[in-house]
Amino acid sequence: MSGTYLGMPAFPRAAEMSTRDTQLRANLTHATHTIRDKRAKAVAELDDWAQLRAAGAALKDRTLRHLDHYLERLEAAVTAAGGQVHWAADADEANRIVTRLVRETGETEVVKVKSMATQEIGLNEALAEAGIRAYETDLAELIVQLGHDLPSHILVPAIHRNRSEIRDIFRREMGSWGRPAPEGLTDSPAELAEAARLHLREKFLSAKVGISGANFMVAETGTLVVVESEGNGRMCLTLPETLISVVGIEKVVPSWQDLEVFLQLLPRSSTAERMNPYTSMWTGTTDGDGPRTFHLVLLDNGRTDTLADTVGRQALRCIRCSACLNVCPVYERAGGHAYGSPYPGPIGAILTPQLRGMEGSLEASLPYASSLCGACYEVCPVAIDIPEVLVHLRERVVEGGPVTRGGARTVLKPAKGHAAERAAMRAAAWAFDHPDALRSGMRLAARTRRLHPQRLPGPGRAWSRTRDLPTVPAESFRDWWQRTRGTASERGIWPEHGTSSEQRGDAE
Amino acid sequence: MSSRDVVLARVRRALADVPRGEGPGGLPVARDYHRVHGSRTSAQNVDLLAENLADYRAVVHRTDAEGLPRLIGRLLAERGARTVLVPPGLDESWTAGSDVTLVEDRASSTPRELDAVDSVLTGCAVAIAETGTLVLDAGPDQGRRRITLVPDHHLCVVRVPGQVVGSVPEALPRLAPDRPLTWISGPSATSDIELDRVEGVHGPRTLEVILLAAGAGTGTGTG
Repeated sequence: MSGTYLGMPAFPRAAEMSTRDTQLRANLTHATHTIRDKRAKAVAELDDWAQLRAAGAALKDRTLRHLDHYLERLEAAVTAAGGQVHWAADADEANRIVTRLVRETGETEVVKVKSMATQEIGLNEALAEAGIRAYETDLAELIVQLGHDLPSHILVPAIHRNRSEIRDIFRREMGSWGRPAPEGLTDSPAELAEAARLHLREKFLSAKVGISGANFMVAETGTLVVVESEGNGRMCLTLPETLISVVGIEKVVPSWQDLEVFLQLLPRSSTAERMNPYTSMWTGTTDGDGPRTFHLVLLDNGRTDTLADTVGRQALRCIRCSACLNVCPVYERAGGHAYGSPYPGPIGAILTPQLRGMEGSLEASLPYASSLCGACYEVCPVAIDIPEVLVHLRERVVEGGPVTRGGARTVLKPAKGHAAERAAMRAAAWAFDHPDALRSGMRLAARTRRLHPQRLPGPGRAWSRTRDLPTVPAESFRDWWQRTRGTASERGIWPEHGTSSEQRGDAE
Repeated sequence: MSSRDVVLARVRRALADVPRGEGPGGLPVARDYHRVHGSRTSAQNVDLLAENLADYRAVVHRTDAEGLPRLIGRLLAERGARTVLVPPGLDESWTAGSDVTLVEDRASSTPRELDAVDSVLTGCAVAIAETGTLVLDAGPDQGRRRITLVPDHHLCVVRVPGQVVGSVPEALPRLAPDRPLTWISGPSATSDIELDRVEGVHGPRTLEVILLAAGAGTGTGTG
């Protein structure tokens, strides 16, 4: 995916570093708790939330199960409305298409509305290599861009920065990108927002090319939908002469009516508002209103590989609301950067390994970046069972197995570094296949229980330093069962279960 | 093979588990959610709209056809607005009580020219009570999308109760997808700095909404 993120350490190492940053942890705790409390109130206003959530999940599943049909329909509708549709199999191809489209306009500057898809493919870096400067116009993205930083949250990318850090960044960097920060800029949020307004207005009023993503694309009508708060989206979508939208193929929804579900689910789950301040909808081009040329770049980049996994497929329902980040105890402590991709938190832990494949150490570590507490599933407005997918991906990492990469079926080798886990699983499988050995082993363990160490030796030492090892009971469950109920089977109370050779043998 | 064919072929291979007989509409979607939340009279819908608009820091006024020109004149004067953008199909009587220069939006006018204007005055297509949302569909009394974006003050007239619906599901059937649509819920806002909400980043920092009651002989204007 993005060149920006290459070389990211695996999650445990990155998290070890970020959890030591007390400022970061304080910022994150404040932010995630504030948003999650507000969200709960906004959701509680609707007594049919459960039905809306079920409808949202069902609509996304319907779309995914016939994605080819809906994409062809979307393409036809966008084309009929005066737009041009391009298809990109991977990040490089998407970047090449967008670079060519910008070059054809003769421009060397573009304004961008915040887009997860363009972060995923590293579009800004690709454009920079081609001599094209891309200006991020969302306030938080501007802070990230000026700070030579990476976003750490889907909804509030600069959540890890506080107001004085932002003031320092504005003072130091704005001048080299355009209009400098006003003299005597303080760290009040209103003043900082005003400085961003003045700085970016210069760009908006002169921009000839805008680049966006989209929250939804309606197959039936060819309509694209962008949901935002600041108005920078409206600026990028309506003032330039050329608009290029890069959108993942999973963002399509079947019909105009379906927006009634998602426009209720998304704002309340995301910013905890009844409705976000601005939503723009456009269908191709309109004479005299907005861009004269509209390009839609449909992006695969691992999405069809994800689609091929019948368990992991549900990750493609995601509407990028970020509710799962704000309830996750792991995200709250580790922060977004530790996840090493534009998709942090629980959704990132299942989406990134599927989009990129699990051969890399970062990707293979992400399914473990969770306590499996299930809070992410509870808040997900489209009911993605994130814990289920995490467990499924962990099995893939440890055991290997069939996966689809670049559209081709292949077999993933078991990851290195899970030898102990694999050996344990193999031993367990052997033991369960050999009941006599299992029974003897358990009895031996029970007899020697006083000799067991309180702390593990070797590689398990660090783990057991902060945990109590489970104690072995004086009697195994099988023995206890046999002693207290064993004769019951002989009396024929459970004739179906009580006649196995193993049990009979034991009673003899 | 084009990338289009590559991607579509990958999609089809990925979906080998979907039964051949299952059509695109085959997977059932239960729409047992509410069309509207609660039961309200149209007057109560208007009250809820006013309440939710105000909750998101829009300034709400009420008047009838007779009082409208005076109210608009007063609101513009209070802001010290000298120039006001008007869409081509705006009712001329609305600005009869204003001592301002009207600026028509022309296709040739540049964003910089729009930036120099003090206020913009428009109607709307639909307003949604439950969410406090105004929807503009670029109709003759609303104009191009850019005119309600660049000036710092937006004055929007909603004909009540005719243009007010209860909910999002009630709004969509009244809108045409082939028109450019702008949904506005309160003024431009950001919470990107320590989650402190600040009104006004790039869109109008002040949104004033005039709820125009249907009076005798004015028609209901059911957008």
